[in-house]
Amino acid sequence: MTVFCYDKTFEGLLTCVFDAYLHKLFPDTLVGEGEPLPLFHDELYTCATDTQKADRVWKALGKKLSNDAMRELTIAWMADGYPKVDELLFRFIRKAVDAPKSIEVNFADQDVLALSRVYKQVSYERMRLVQFARFQKTADDIYFAPFEPQHNILPMAIEHFKDRFAGQKWIIYDVRRGYGYYYDLHTVEEITFTAEESEAILKKGFLADNLLAEDELLFQKMWQTYFKSIAIKERRNPRKHRQDMPVRYWKYLTEKRK
Amino acid sequence: MNAQTIEKLKILAESAKYDVSCSSSGTVRNNKKGGLGNTVGGMGICHSFAEDGRCISLLKIMLTNMCIYDCAYCVNRRSNDVPRATFAVSELVDITMEFYRRNYIEGLFLSSAVVRNPDYTMERMVAVIRNLRVEQRFNGYIHMKSIPGASRQLVQEAGLYADRMSVNIEIPNDNNLKMLAPEKNLASIYQPMKFIHQGVLENQEERQKYRHAPRFVPAGQSTQMIVGATSDSDKAILNLSSALYRRPSIRRVYYSGYVPVNTYDTRLPMLKQPPLVRENRLYQADWLMRFYNFRVNEIVNDTYPDLDLDVDPKLSWALRHPEAFPVDINSADYEMLLRVPGIGVKSATLIVASRRYGHLGAFQLKKMGIVMKKAQYFISCRELPVHTINELKPERVKAILTVGSGKKKIDENQLEIPFEK
Repeated sequence: MTVFCYDKTFEGLLTCVFDAYLHKLFPDTLVGEGEPLPLFHDELYTCATDTQKADRVWKALGKKLSNDAMRELTIAWMADGYPKVDELLFRFIRKAVDAPKSIEVNFADQDVLALSRVYKQVSYERMRLVQFARFQKTADDIYFAPFEPQHNILPMAIEHFKDRFAGQKWIIYDVRRGYGYYYDLHTVEEITFTAEESEAILKKGFLADNLLAEDELLFQKMWQTYFKSIAIKERRNPRKHRQDMPVRYWKYLTEKRK
Repeated sequence: MNAQTIEKLKILAESAKYDVSCSSSGTVRNNKKGGLGNTVGGMGICHSFAEDGRCISLLKIMLTNMCIYDCAYCVNRRSNDVPRATFAVSELVDITMEFYRRNYIEGLFLSSAVVRNPDYTMERMVAVIRNLRVEQRFNGYIHMKSIPGASRQLVQEAGLYADRMSVNIEIPNDNNLKMLAPEKNLASIYQPMKFIHQGVLENQEERQKYRHAPRFVPAGQSTQMIVGATSDSDKAILNLSSALYRRPSIRRVYYSGYVPVNTYDTRLPMLKQPPLVRENRLYQADWLMRFYNFRVNEIVNDTYPDLDLDVDPKLSWALRHPEAFPVDINSADYEMLLRVPGIGVKSATLIVASRRYGHLGAFQLKKMGIVMKKAQYFISCRELPVHTINELKPERVKAILTVGSGKKKIDENQLEIPFEK
């Protein structure tokens, strides 16, 4: 079994592709630096990330695939919640390079199909952030929304929030990955809280009461009231309810706050 | 803003909840400087899902639930003893803005009971959305009901602020409508729909001449029909929908299974629960007309005036037309693939794209997400046994596909006598 070890960046992955073709040695599995190696491996190749090599692979790929497919590739890369997404991308890139014409719509191929599924999953997850992010207004007029996405999708949704809430300061924070974005009415910048800080700010997914704006709790109450009143009792359908709004998002949903 | 507002919100949301429409699609609008919100077009955004499984995209609310009419099917009829409330314009505007800022909603769905007269009601509703658009510079989605009997000028003004407008037909047959809602008739309901339609057509012409002419109801209009409150057949309902869809301004027809809200009224049927299966079948038929190139008389006609509750309308069509099958996956055209039960728009697109690279087999079809449980009787491709609908006969296929689906056949319309144990 051939193992490639790289630094878990997208450039690193592309460099792996370059080196594989250079040495005519194709990996059966990819591991990150410092990750445990699989039990039975006979060849270990450590791949040093080289942006020039990565660029060459990316350009070559651009000749084989359409712009849409290239976009799908980069977005699928954000699926860090998906096991072994890098190996899937590696196989896809290799097939794309080897094939005489573009393979991107050959859904009879397992890897092409899997890649389109991953892309969809990531796009859905971005949509979920757009749907289910709930802002709480703080005493210093910042709207704060914590979120725990399965995939690393925050950067993809920032443009949407920047346009929509251009007139208010906001923070969207990925609690799982420990980083977020702060918009100060002009630009968006990346921020991080330390573990103690985020623990002090968040109580069971919600900001502590002393940090909130005066009327924030009233509007939360209003939204909860509305949420309850709009449901038609006779048509209760808990299964559909959970299907469309999975329980894993409930932690930060105002209407589900206990 | 205080506890009293919460109480009002509760009453008026409960009055508005029987309106089905909640879509926020159809308009793309970016935020403007100093404004709040945008609309994304395409799919729209659902911000939450209520416990009945319906999406909450817009703040669906009534301006008031005090009504001068006495329609038998409506919870807000004047003879009902329900709590009544009215929002002040500024109050509703504030709630909308604050909810929107917190990403609770995609916009406002404003409806109202008719208070005093149609024009008075409509004027107040227009005041709300004018305030939102002009003073608050709100760029989110606005859906507003048009009140039957309101003047054309008011509809015209509302259309400049709203993304979508709608008028509910409720009952597709004039006689039944007169029986249940003596103060209404179909002509009075079609009138505002006509105003909106004309406005949209005029606006199209205008925008061809002047690119920056303001848009009029850019997301078109929708309507809603109650299912199961009267004796109207599915044929009557779907024929009306199909006629409506021929008009370019109509985007959606919604079907609402009748929820028995006024059980004391003897003009209405006694139902144990809303006819949810029938409602679902109507939506499926609606989809067939809009996305699958089915004509209405292929779905319901004089021989089959009602949809089959056991199987979906597409399967039902396929069972009635065994001569059209089996369809060869590797050569049939897209339109025919769409008619195969178990293949939807997405899978048909995947099949058409992938078969250029080589023959598709049953294994790949399954992987792509085609429902082989159904589709296997209607397609031919390599590796599939030849038990298609023509060998098995439609009755047999139907029996196989419906087995185990009905746990215990209960007639939904039959009332039960609760025995004490």
